[in-house]
Amino acid sequence: MIKAILIFNNHGKPRLSKFYEHYSEDTEQQIIRETFHLVSKRDENVCNFLEGGMLIGGSDYKLIYRHYATLYFVFCVDSSESELGILDLIQVFVETLDKCFENVCELDLIFHVDKVHNILAEMVMGGMVLETNMNEIIMQVDAQNKMEKSEVSWTPPVPCMCMT
Amino acid sequence: MALKIVKGSIDRMFDKNLQDLVRGIRNHKEDEAKYISTCIDEIKQELKQDNIAVKANAVCKLTYLQMLGYDVSWAAFNIVEVMSSSKFTYKRIGYLAASQCFHESTDVIMLTTNQIRKDLSSPNQYDTGVALTGLSCFVTPDLARDLANDIMTLMSHTKPYIRKKAVLIMYKVFLKYPESLRPAFPRLKEKLEDPDPGVQSAAVNVICELARRNPKNYLSLAPLFFKLMTSSTNNWVLIKIIKLFGALTPLEPRLGKKLIEPLTNLIHSTSAMSLLYECVNTVIAVLISLSSGMPNHSASIQLCVQKLRILIEDSDQNLKYLGLLAMSKILKTHPKSVQSHKDLILQCLDDKDESIRLRALDLLYGMVSKKNLMEIVKKLMLHVDKAEGTTYRDELLTKIIDICSQSNYQYITNFEWYISILVELTRLEGTRHGHLIASQMLDVAIRVKAIRAFAVAQMATLLDNAHLLTGNMQRNGICEVSYAAAWICGEFSEHLENPMQTLEAMLRPKVATLPGHIQAVYVQNAAKLFATVLKSQEGNTDSTAAQETSQLMIERLPLFVQSANLEVQERASCILQLVKYIQKLQQKDVEVAEEVSALFAGELNPVAPKAQKKVPVPEGLDLDAWINEPPSESESEDEQPKAIFTKEETKHSRPRHIEVDEKELARRREARKQEQANNPFYIKASPSSQKVYQDTPGVEHIPVVQIDLSVPLKVPGLPMSDQYVKLEEERRQKERAEKKKKEKKKRKEKRSGRGKKHDSGPESEEDITPAHMVDIVTEEMPENALPSDDDDKDPNDPHKALDIDLDKPLADSEKLPVRSHRAVEAAKSPGEDGDAETVATQQPKKKSGKDKRDDKKKDKDKERKKSKDEKKKKKHKHEEKEEDLLRGEVHEPVVQSEGISQVAELPTSTSAEVSDLDFWLSNAPVPSNTQEAATVAAAEAPVAEVVSGAAQDSEPDEPKDTEMEETKSSKHKKKKQKKEKEEKEKKKKKRHHHHHRHSDGGGEESVQNGTVEEEEPLPSMSNYCLLAENSYIKMVYDIQGNLQDGSQVVVSVIFENKCDSFLKSMEFNVLDSLNSKLQRPEGSGPHDGLTVPFQLPPGVSNEARFVFTVQSIVMPQKLKGTLTFIVKNEESSTHEKLDFKLHFTCTSYLITTPCYSDAYAKLLESGDLKGSSLKLEGVNMPFHHLLARICFHHHFSVVERIDSCSSMYSRSIQGHHVCLLVKSSGQTVSIDAKCDEPTMLGNVLDEIKQTFSQC
Repeated sequence: MIKAILIFNNHGKPRLSKFYEHYSEDTEQQIIRETFHLVSKRDENVCNFLEGGMLIGGSDYKLIYRHYATLYFVFCVDSSESELGILDLIQVFVETLDKCFENVCELDLIFHVDKVHNILAEMVMGGMVLETNMNEIIMQVDAQNKMEKSEVSWTPPVPCMCMT
Repeated sequence: MALKIVKGSIDRMFDKNLQDLVRGIRNHKEDEAKYISTCIDEIKQELKQDNIAVKANAVCKLTYLQMLGYDVSWAAFNIVEVMSSSKFTYKRIGYLAASQCFHESTDVIMLTTNQIRKDLSSPNQYDTGVALTGLSCFVTPDLARDLANDIMTLMSHTKPYIRKKAVLIMYKVFLKYPESLRPAFPRLKEKLEDPDPGVQSAAVNVICELARRNPKNYLSLAPLFFKLMTSSTNNWVLIKIIKLFGALTPLEPRLGKKLIEPLTNLIHSTSAMSLLYECVNTVIAVLISLSSGMPNHSASIQLCVQKLRILIEDSDQNLKYLGLLAMSKILKTHPKSVQSHKDLILQCLDDKDESIRLRALDLLYGMVSKKNLMEIVKKLMLHVDKAEGTTYRDELLTKIIDICSQSNYQYITNFEWYISILVELTRLEGTRHGHLIASQMLDVAIRVKAIRAFAVAQMATLLDNAHLLTGNMQRNGICEVSYAAAWICGEFSEHLENPMQTLEAMLRPKVATLPGHIQAVYVQNAAKLFATVLKSQEGNTDSTAAQETSQLMIERLPLFVQSANLEVQERASCILQLVKYIQKLQQKDVEVAEEVSALFAGELNPVAPKAQKKVPVPEGLDLDAWINEPPSESESEDEQPKAIFTKEETKHSRPRHIEVDEKELARRREARKQEQANNPFYIKASPSSQKVYQDTPGVEHIPVVQIDLSVPLKVPGLPMSDQYVKLEEERRQKERAEKKKKEKKKRKEKRSGRGKKHDSGPESEEDITPAHMVDIVTEEMPENALPSDDDDKDPNDPHKALDIDLDKPLADSEKLPVRSHRAVEAAKSPGEDGDAETVATQQPKKKSGKDKRDDKKKDKDKERKKSKDEKKKKKHKHEEKEEDLLRGEVHEPVVQSEGISQVAELPTSTSAEVSDLDFWLSNAPVPSNTQEAATVAAAEAPVAEVVSGAAQDSEPDEPKDTEMEETKSSKHKKKKQKKEKEEKEKKKKKRHHHHHRHSDGGGEESVQNGTVEEEEPLPSMSNYCLLAENSYIKMVYDIQGNLQDGSQVVVSVIFENKCDSFLKSMEFNVLDSLNSKLQRPEGSGPHDGLTVPFQLPPGVSNEARFVFTVQSIVMPQKLKGTLTFIVKNEESSTHEKLDFKLHFTCTSYLITTPCYSDAYAKLLESGDLKGSSLKLEGVNMPFHHLLARICFHHHFSVVERIDSCSSMYSRSIQGHHVCLLVKSSGQTVSIDAKCDEPTMLGNVLDEIKQTFSQC
């Protein structure tokens, strides 16, 4: 099971947080802070696994993260997940984002966190891995976006501004 | 109204959308909070509007703010509003918001049930998808209960996209509503074989997650997973399955034996590191579960260790880390294999990556032996000196102590050395583990009597030099050490060489700067020392010395009397008064020494840490009963420390006080103290003994001034542990020499007798004797202490509720709640109108007599189950199942009543659910032709017996057991006895068969490991028959119809390598006919072969599955094909080929489908079916065997049986109904058959005839 998926930047600003178990908003922030603290002090070229202290949840849980340019992608998982598998999953996630946003950068995530959530929802559901095939994910995301667009054209036309 | 809409749209134009909000926040860096609060006000205004678009926009912004840590639960109702919008765009926004901030105590969740139900059944798959995704995050027990049935229906949705989501979410539903597990499980199991890989993967995922927590309930699925493992090519699925097997093997070692080979193959063949790693992990688990002694295991271990070494040597830090992690698992059971890689692990201690260093440290723990302990610790001490970060250094320190103290100081041969190591550790700068060192010193000094003199001398020096240390002792935890030192010197003062000097050291004014609890110990032990000193001095004629000592005490103690610490003050003033009194007596020349030392007489023995807990509660004492009624309920329970990510995991891991971090400890301590203080019934501990390990808050508050000592402090006169290493070496050498001498002597003496040679090769563990007789005082335990400690279980674990026996048939009461209008559309069983509900009630009525008996038996079974071992348990299960089969219909309606509008995926499982794990696991050989399979596999009733027969063949110890069981169980069902007798006779015959096969097919045993046998408890399982064979390879195959697709059949082929060479590049090709085609991957031509996805080492077999599309199924047909492969051995490799003919019988298009008698009757009445008949002569077998054979070979199920007459039913993949009426009289069997497709019927009957003519 995946307990949480966090994305934050090099300064610890959250860009996406998805908890698959309920915590109060304060605790969530505290977890993000602590996780950032743990992850950010690690060098590049060290392993991508971290056994979290008490905060992350005991011996069965691990932080598995990847650092891309300005962003950290952190998955908190328990021992039923394969470590290397999750690393691959992060890679799939990022590549999917890259495809969906066309050369994704931090700004995309800042302004379109909802879209990132939608993409993530096609990969991981309720803490369990749903799909790992990137093409399949992109296909479903695109199909849903198309639906959204078709609905937009349904909305009543915006009246002219010169009404006043 | 129109105006309102227009107004809404205009408003929306001016509203901020999410992007504007984000931009705004970025532009207001200084007053972010203020800006956001104005935004929230705006959002509140927006939410008040009627326009759903505006609301959705507001909710979208709220979701963003929630991520920033703002509580948005106040908008929960608006979120529900947006969720129920008919537009997907808004619905998605609503569900996202809900998934981010709804939880079990959100009360508006109640309102969503119907909305979610509506969305789940929406014609738009993405509405359903979004609802499922959202629900997965906020499902509550109520939602789970109300929606379980709807979700279960979705598991058979036509769209794989929905199916996989529905399957995944079932796990969450199970967690919240455990009652749903049993009804839903058959469907879930079906999904393991879903044609869509995504759905399959989801099902594997869910079952793995379930099985991880309650593995024993899922053992019966092992054959199915085994099949998946050998056929799947999806690495995600493979990893999950392999992980699952890792959890199952500890429960069933035989499973492990079966697994080793395919896993080893995977290890050899896979290129995916993740898969390789998991395989290695599971092989390790298998090896751990198997008792050692199997010869080929050392090879497996060697393989694992080798692969891990490659990982550890890899430059990729991740692999290195994982390699070490897995290594530590091997270490537990096979320390020797790991120990040979000590060099590598020590090397990892120098790695720049802290995670890796810590892993390596963990490994060291298990690698020590008496021989190398000193050497390893010496290395670690070097690392301690070099280490930069205090965290890592502290970790080193704890590890050193862990390593040395493990299993009751098992590896320490020289305690003088250990004490000096501890003393050296006290020189660590800034460690926070002073208390740990102290507790070790105390423990060793108390429990190892022989070392006390030495320890006391060391501690005395330590105290003497305390002035050198105290300076930097104060600001770190190391001052705790002086606590231990003082106590040891006081308690064992008889060993002191110069007690007077120590006494003086303990009463130095500087002591007053130590933390209170340590001062207290100083004062108390000064008194003990005083007693000792008096005793030694009173013997002298000169009494002035004794008086001087008293004077010293009287002069120094007032300093402590003024102490701010109550404990110190109290002790000091008591002792001061005592000494003053003693002084008076001394002045009168009264001998007091005896009486003073009587104050401290008696020995303190160590008490085992759990001793208190293990005292059994005396009978009649109810600890939970109130002594006095409690005044109020005010005791707050919120003080329970909340671990942040897991609730359960903290309890799983054994609490080790070392690893708990200081803050947490302090917090807990605080909480406990408060609780204790408020609790009038709590008996406060005596402070001196309890406070030892508690850090005083004072230490942390003292301002820290870092003094950089580049040169490590050396306390004069303290021993260096190194010198002990040398001494120890010398001692051992000496011992060895002596031993040799002795042996020589012995040999000389013995030479005349036997010429046996003693090879005193390399020094073994046992050769090393401890330096002095170590007398480890065992920890005291209360009398009649309870032996077990099962305090690790967490009663709140949600998975506990899921510990449910899944093999038992469903009872009526277990049905999932179904909304009434749904139940009607039910039953897709042949007679469309066969109302499930009535069948359910009718069926038991008919058999009520039998049922009662069964129930009774079951109860007894249950009782027995508890008391008997696993094997016996299984045996009972078989028997139960035999009977369940007959009642199978009882629980089918449950599955049917949910209104599946899909193909015939009725629970085919039931009739064939002779879950015979035992048989699968036992190593009976695969029958090489159909006929014999028929004998072995006479499906239902006799299988249990067959099993025991087979087991008798393969496992010599078992027969007695099973026989005994049989007689026992027969007591409970006298009526069955006759039948059993018959079967026993039958069995004897069968044993013959087995023996026969054993003699002519010795090599067949190995087929087992890679294959799935005909005995598998799978519904669709049938026997394998020979496809083709030559000197290199043998192929057996089996054809099964595809449940989901009426035009597909799956051909499973088992390839067995019969030669000594490696077979590779196998290519399977079939010449397609107009009617039947091999499914080839997209892009390949119609004549291309399919590559078999594995290679075969000598003697190994493996299974591959090929999908064929067929158009017409009314005629049997044969397809010609070839298998090409390369035979590779050391000298050469040759290209070989093997031709074969695949025979698609009409039977292979039939799928075992259960049917109810009334539905069956209606079907026959309908008049759509054409009849045909068949007569078999000379059939010499019991009627039920005949039926079993038809069921098994021709995929029929028994509808009803009366004496020697039975009606049977089956259904083709394209929906043809086939009904049989089988009558037997003497040796003649007549079969009347009806089917809506006469050609097919004719062919099926021919095939049945064929089957029986072969026997």
